[in-house]
Amino acid sequence: MEPSTKTETETLDIEGMTCASCASFVEKSLSRTPGVQRAVVNFATEKATVDYLPAEASPATLKEAVVKAGYGVLERAPDTSAADRQAELDQQKARAYQQLKRRFWVATGLALIIMPLSMLMLWPALMARISMPALNYVLLILTLPVLLYSGREFYSSAWNGFKHRAANMDTLIAVGTGAAFLYSLAATVAPGFFTSRGLLPEVYYDTTATIIALILLGKVLELRAKTQTSAAIRTLMGLQAKTARVVRPGGQEVDVPIEQVQEGDVVVVRPGEKVATDGVVLDGHSAVDEAMLTGESLPVEKKPGDAVFGATLNKTGSFRFQVTKIGAATMLAQIVKLVEDAQGSRAPIQRLADKVSAVFVPTVVCVAILTFVLWFDLAPVESRLPLALVNFVAVLIIACPCALGLATPTAIMVSTGKGAENGVLVRNAEALEKAYQVNTVLLDKTGTITRGEPTVTDLLTTPGQDAATLLARVAAVERLSEHPLAEAVVRYAEAQQLTLPTATGFRAVEGRGAAATVEGQSVLIGNRRLLTEQDISLPPELLAQAEQLLGQAKTVLYVAVAGHSVAVLGVADTVRDTSAAAIRSLQQRGIEVVMMTGDNPQTAAEVARQVGITRYFAEVLPQDKASKVKELQAEGRTVAMVGDGINDAPALAQADIGLAMGAGTDVAMEAAGITLMRSDLRGVVTAIDLSRQTIRTIKQNLFFAFIYNTLGIPVAAGLLYPVFGVLLSPMLAAGAMALSSVSVLTNSLRLRAFSSR
Amino acid sequence: MDTTESIVTLTGLGLMGFVVWYFFFSARQTVSAVSSSGGVQQVDITVKGGYSPDVIEVERGRPVQLSFYRAEENSCSEELLFPDFSIRRALPAFQTTLVEVLPDKPGRFEFTCGMGMLRGSLVVK
Repeated sequence: MEPSTKTETETLDIEGMTCASCASFVEKSLSRTPGVQRAVVNFATEKATVDYLPAEASPATLKEAVVKAGYGVLERAPDTSAADRQAELDQQKARAYQQLKRRFWVATGLALIIMPLSMLMLWPALMARISMPALNYVLLILTLPVLLYSGREFYSSAWNGFKHRAANMDTLIAVGTGAAFLYSLAATVAPGFFTSRGLLPEVYYDTTATIIALILLGKVLELRAKTQTSAAIRTLMGLQAKTARVVRPGGQEVDVPIEQVQEGDVVVVRPGEKVATDGVVLDGHSAVDEAMLTGESLPVEKKPGDAVFGATLNKTGSFRFQVTKIGAATMLAQIVKLVEDAQGSRAPIQRLADKVSAVFVPTVVCVAILTFVLWFDLAPVESRLPLALVNFVAVLIIACPCALGLATPTAIMVSTGKGAENGVLVRNAEALEKAYQVNTVLLDKTGTITRGEPTVTDLLTTPGQDAATLLARVAAVERLSEHPLAEAVVRYAEAQQLTLPTATGFRAVEGRGAAATVEGQSVLIGNRRLLTEQDISLPPELLAQAEQLLGQAKTVLYVAVAGHSVAVLGVADTVRDTSAAAIRSLQQRGIEVVMMTGDNPQTAAEVARQVGITRYFAEVLPQDKASKVKELQAEGRTVAMVGDGINDAPALAQADIGLAMGAGTDVAMEAAGITLMRSDLRGVVTAIDLSRQTIRTIKQNLFFAFIYNTLGIPVAAGLLYPVFGVLLSPMLAAGAMALSSVSVLTNSLRLRAFSSR
Repeated sequence: MDTTESIVTLTGLGLMGFVVWYFFFSARQTVSAVSSSGGVQQVDITVKGGYSPDVIEVERGRPVQLSFYRAEENSCSEELLFPDFSIRRALPAFQTTLVEVLPDKPGRFEFTCGMGMLRGSLVVK
């Protein structure tokens, strides 16, 4: 009996991990703790699964190790996965929204009473019966709740900011409404002070209340719109499956929470179920809807050996897969991470707005003070104080730093989310801005324009041969080979749903082809040399057909059965169905499309002709790809490079914007500004369209925000008064201000209508 | 210009001078990070109408963990932006949110609220 070797498993909720490196840090710290056999930390679920020897370690020592690493352990209370926390955050936001709405309604309700009461003075007959001071007290009492309940946040925020030497929008509102209120308060409590100086003790309670109500209306609308800007990422996060049906070593299937799934586990997926995590199909056959990850609307066929991804939806069949990636390593988690990163990045176009908003509020306060002073000094003595005050308040209220601050980020947030929905992952805001300027797209032929894998295009036999039988025999031989061309032949036969006979005595002939015996006959398949060396001659008609295939830049495979040549196969890397249309779309957008390939000029010309490209580089060595990009850039072009393989990485990095395509390698994705989830050139069109619409939206927003403030502030200051006699009422200013940030947000949200058509 | 006007003018100019000095030129609160046993540089930051401290000095090349405690519900500070590190994080009210960065080059990196009104910076030495 060895009780000490029996391990126990503990799951800890780790608090405070913000990146994958934190996870590995915690993992290391746990692994080094005496008695711990194995520790796995999942960053996405924020859980650590630890196998330990109860004799040497305990949950307490494990917790200690985590705390020592600088993180916390949440008590095993309710489940706190990232999604749950997001839900909590959403709940908090919903509560804040409800509260804001209540404050808005209180302010609006009271303002609707205060406004008509303030206007009573417009009817002198009525005013004669009402005591002015008494009315002012009534108005004061009605305004106080607006100030202290509805508008409280403005004052506390302004004060907190002031203590930090920071000024924000609340500072402007607090100073503006505060000044109007204090003036009114003085006029209410000590009207004698005013009358003794020949001034009317006017009150501005209606102004104060209305400004607060309108600003709150703006905030309500803004908050509602803002939650929509991040809707895409919330949808993505919500896609994660909660449980997985794991096959235990004994063979029984158990539903387990997703965070307990380990790499190497075998998971069963039944029709209509979500694929739990990333893996490779072991057995079974099905079609899987991957639209949520790639934007591809058609379900993708899955057979043993194919990769499946978490969060995708299994349609018809059922299958089993082996888990290869969990948590933060999965495709879904990486997409979420990429989109989040992009949303946190700063667009260069925003730089000016950033600089302006950094000095905006204090500058506006100075302009307001200046306005007050000038009005006070220049206006007639009897009206100078009210005029100075009203214009001072109007300047403070109309200024809207929010519109400037929201102009770029909201558009970036909506468009990166929209991109992910369409299978276009944008690395950062700068990439979007670059893609907007592109006028030349350089395509690496293999894997982008073409499928990047050989496909049998022709099967030509001598007279009297049954093509199907022959193909089945050839495929039976090729099935045993690992050559890419052999795989193409097998795929071709499978596509025709042939039943393959058994091949015996398989022999691969290095650099020539393969041979085996099928149904009692010797079958040879390979290049011309294979046949020549076996002294098998080629009949003239086959020779002519082979020449023709070679002329089309295809690879030719020769087949001999029982010592006689009977057929030739043409194999080529075929153009994707969508390539020509996509290239045409790019050209229609005024973008020149250039192709580059390692193939000979003949093949390059043929492919270029098929897809409508006029300029191409042939025989480009992998190491020279980046210099071709440079060459185009030297012509003064802004180049987008589209590639898929590892040897594209330097070219992707050299280009003004790199687009990595399809199940591209991680290296290519690292070097690319934009990743296309689908192996389809139409993604390039989508990416460029998206960037163009986004940058256009940002420009509109910035233009609006700048114009709004540069026009609004002087008008509020009374610049038009000397000429036109126009003054801006602070209440109108509040209305304009409330609408300005909402208009910017609404304009950004229009990007949600983007579609990849 | 009568006496009142002179007083108003001088007070106004004085206030403007104060606003400019106070918001742009007055000394900021600078704090250096404390290193934990694991080599992580830690700083606690309170978010309430601004960031205190708002200038944080750290050493280059070692991970930095900033704990933002948002001590208010005001929506201005609900988001934290750290563009040089591609970070946009929601800061729940009355909770601590950890932000981890690895500064690998020296310089001054700004973090702001969602609209760029509240500002702080990480000074990497």
